[in-house]
Amino acid sequence: MAIYTPSTPVDDIGQKPPVPPTTGGGDDGRGGDVPDYGARLRRARLGLICAIATVGMVFISLTSAYIFRRGLPTFDGSVNSYVRDWGRVDLPWALLGVNTLILLASSVTMELARRKAARQAALAPVQSIPGVSLGNEKSFPWLGITVLLGLSFLAGQWLAWMELHNRGFYVNTNPSSSFAFLLTIAHAVHLGGGMIALLWAASSSLLHKPLEARRIVVDITAWYWHFMAVLWLYIFALLGFAR
Amino acid sequence: MATPATVHSHAAPQGFIRKYVFSLDHKVIGIQYFFLALTAVWVGMILSLLMRVHMIWPNAVWPVLGDIKPETYLALVTMHGTIMVFFVLTTAPQGGFGNYVLPIQIGAPDMAFPVLNMLSFWTTFVGFVVLLAAFFVSGGAPLHGWTGYTPLSALPSAGPGEGLGADLWITSIAIFCVASLMGALNFITTTLDLRAKGMTLMRLPLTVWSWFITAILGLLAFGVLLSAGILLLMDRNLGTSFYVPLVVVNGIQMQHKGGSPLLWQHLFWFFGHPEVYIAILPGMGVTSQILSTFSRKPIFGYRAMVYAMLAIGFFGFMVWGHHMFMSGMSPYSAFAFSILTMCIGVPSAIKTFNWLGTMWKGRIRFQTPMLYAIGFVSLFVSGGLSGPFLAQPVLDIQLHDTAFVPAHFHLIMGVAAIFGIFAATYYWFPKMFGRMMNETLGKIHFFITLAGTYAIFMPMHYLGMAGQTRRYSQFTEVAYLQKLIPLNTFITWAAIITVSAQLIFVINLFWSLFKGPKASDNPWEATTLEWTTATPPPHDNFAGVTPVVNHGPYEYGVPGAEKDFVMQTAPASTPAH
Repeated sequence: MAIYTPSTPVDDIGQKPPVPPTTGGGDDGRGGDVPDYGARLRRARLGLICAIATVGMVFISLTSAYIFRRGLPTFDGSVNSYVRDWGRVDLPWALLGVNTLILLASSVTMELARRKAARQAALAPVQSIPGVSLGNEKSFPWLGITVLLGLSFLAGQWLAWMELHNRGFYVNTNPSSSFAFLLTIAHAVHLGGGMIALLWAASSSLLHKPLEARRIVVDITAWYWHFMAVLWLYIFALLGFAR
Repeated sequence: MATPATVHSHAAPQGFIRKYVFSLDHKVIGIQYFFLALTAVWVGMILSLLMRVHMIWPNAVWPVLGDIKPETYLALVTMHGTIMVFFVLTTAPQGGFGNYVLPIQIGAPDMAFPVLNMLSFWTTFVGFVVLLAAFFVSGGAPLHGWTGYTPLSALPSAGPGEGLGADLWITSIAIFCVASLMGALNFITTTLDLRAKGMTLMRLPLTVWSWFITAILGLLAFGVLLSAGILLLMDRNLGTSFYVPLVVVNGIQMQHKGGSPLLWQHLFWFFGHPEVYIAILPGMGVTSQILSTFSRKPIFGYRAMVYAMLAIGFFGFMVWGHHMFMSGMSPYSAFAFSILTMCIGVPSAIKTFNWLGTMWKGRIRFQTPMLYAIGFVSLFVSGGLSGPFLAQPVLDIQLHDTAFVPAHFHLIMGVAAIFGIFAATYYWFPKMFGRMMNETLGKIHFFITLAGTYAIFMPMHYLGMAGQTRRYSQFTEVAYLQKLIPLNTFITWAAIITVSAQLIFVINLFWSLFKGPKASDNPWEATTLEWTTATPPPHDNFAGVTPVVNHGPYEYGVPGAEKDFVMQTAPASTPAH
C-alpha cells in the first residue's frame, strides 16, 4: 500500500494559487504511485490563467471596437456633414441590477463550495482510516445552489433581452444596441461554459470520483466563475458609463 | 520520486482508433498535425500554380475547371493565402513539431492537458474541412483574400463566393482560432509546469523558447481575430453595421450605415502581424538548434537569442498599423508605427549575427537539416531587408498593393518558415519514425527549392517596383505591363519547377518511412533530451525514467570532454562551457 501524502496542506485553502517552479519543474518530490493532485491542481490553475487571458483579450478587443464605433463620425449626405449615429439604448437597469446581485451571490456560494471541496479533499485520507470519524460535517449543497443561481442569472438575462425587444431595441437597431446584445450574449455564452463545468463537477461527485480530483474541477470552475462575475461588472459598467 | 504515471495519467492505448485516430499521445498528435499541414500545403501550392499559370496564359481552358474567370482567380488568391497561413505555417511548426518535440525536450511524459491537445487537433481538422467546403457550395470560395477586408467580406451580395462561401470561410477561421487557443494554453502550461528537474528556463533549448513565445502570441492574438470574426458574421447575417458604411451594391443601397472598414483592418492586423511571428518564430528556434548542432559549437549568445525572441514577440503587437498606411491614417500614427516596425530590425539583426557567429569557425557538417537551416538564414535576410522599405510610409505609397509586397512576405514569412519546417522534418524525422531520410535526395531537394524560391520571388520585387499590382487576375493586355510579361513567364516556369521538385521531398519522406536505414538514438550527435531516449520514443517518452538535467542545451566542442558534445543529462561532474 502506498503511503499517502496530502497533496495540498489544509492551511493552503483560500490562499493564492501556488506558483509554478522557476528553477525547473516536473518532479516535486512527492507522489509515489499515487496521482500527484497538488501538481495537477497547479497545472490546472495555470491553464485557467491562460484561458482567462484569452477570454480577456476577446472582451478587450470588443471594448476597443465599442469605443471606436461609438466615437465614429459617419457622413450624412442629407445634411452634407459628419454626424454620429450612436443612439442610447434604454436598458432595463432594474432587472440587470437584480441579475448582477444574483451573479455576485452565486460567486459567494461558489467560493463556499470551493472551500468545502478543498477541506473534504484535505481530510479524505484521515476519513479513509478505518475507525476514524470526524463527526458529521454539515453538508450544505453549495454547488447545487450555485447552479440554480447561475441558471437564474441566465434566465434574468433572457428576460432583459426580451424586455429590450419590447422597448423596440433589436440587435440591428443601432450600433449601441448591437453592442449591448453582443456583450451580454458573449458573456452569457462564456458563463454557459462555466455552467457546463459546474455540472461536470456535480456529476463527478455522483460518479464517485476521488475527492481530490473533484476538488480540482470545483476549484478551477470557482476561479473561472469569479472571473465571470468581475467580467459582468465590467460589462455592466461599460454599458452604463459609456452609453 | 514521481514516476511518469503521476503526470502521464493515460495508459498506452491498444486499439487502432485510440492509438492512431483519437490519440492522447502528443507524439501521435504532432504527427497528425504534420500530415494535415502536408495535405494543406499541397492544396495551397496547386492553387498558387493555377494562379501563376493563369497570369501568363489567361485564356487557357483547363480540363476540369474550364477557363479561370476573374472571380475564380480571386477565390484562388483567398484560399491559397488562408490555407497557407493558417493550416500550414501555423499548423506544422507549432502544432506538428512543437507538439511532438517540446514535451520530450523538457523531459515531460506528455503535454499538460492531453485531452485538450487531442481536441485542438481535431478542431483544427474540422476547420480545414469547413474551409475546403467553401469550394463546393453555391457561388464557390470567397473573393476577399486571406485578410478578409470589409466591406467586400461583409456583404453577401458583393460577388460570387461572398455568400455561403464567405460564411464558411469565417466559420473556419473562428474554429481555427478556438483550436489555436486550446493549443497555446497547453504549450504555455506544459513549458512552465512540466520541466524535468534541472531544466531551468535558461537551459531550455531555443526551440522550446520559440514554441513558448509563439504560444503566448497565439494566446493573445487569436482571441482578437475571433472577436473580429464574430462582428463580421453579425454584419453579414444580423444586419448590424460594425464594418459597413452606407454602401451601394449593383445599384441597390444596402441597409447598413455608419460602420467603418478601418475597424476590421485594425482588429484583423492586431492579430495579423503577431501571426507573422507565430509562423516564423518556430523556424528561428529550429534554425538555432540545427546551426549549433551541425557547427559543433555552442549557440552564439544564448541569452541574447532568448531576449531577441521576446523582443520580437513584444514588438510584434505594436506594429499592426504598418499594414494600413494606405488606408487613411494620421501621419503621426504612421510615423509611430514606422519607427516601431524598424525597431524589430534590431532583435532580428541580433539573431542573424548570432547565427553567423555560431557557424563562424565551426566544424560544419553540411547535412540536409543544416542546409535548410542555412537556407532559412538566407531567406530571413533577403526577405527581411525589404521590410524596412515597406515600413516607410513614403515608400509604401508606391509599393503598397504591388507585387513587391507578396515578394517580401513570401520570402520572409512564407518560404523562410517553410524552410524551418523542412529543416525540422529532416532533423527530427529519425526520432519520429526511427529511420533516416535519404541525404542525396534531401540535398537535391534543397538546392532546387532554394534556387527556385529565389527565382520566383526576387524578380517579383522588380515587378512591384515597375508598378505591377497584386490580386489582378489579368494584365497581359495592359499596355504598360507588356514589357513585364517575359519576367512573369520566367516566374511561372520557376514556380512550376519548384513545385514539381517538392515531389522529391514527398518521395523521400514516404520511401524513408518504410525503407530508410534504421536510425540510431542520436544520429546527429546532439545534446538535447529527445536524443537521450529510444528512437522512436516510447509512450511515456523516457520509459519510466524521469530525466535530470545538469547542462545547457548547446554544449558542443567542450575542452576536456570525452566527446565533442555533452548531453544535457550528463553527470554534473562532466566538464562543460
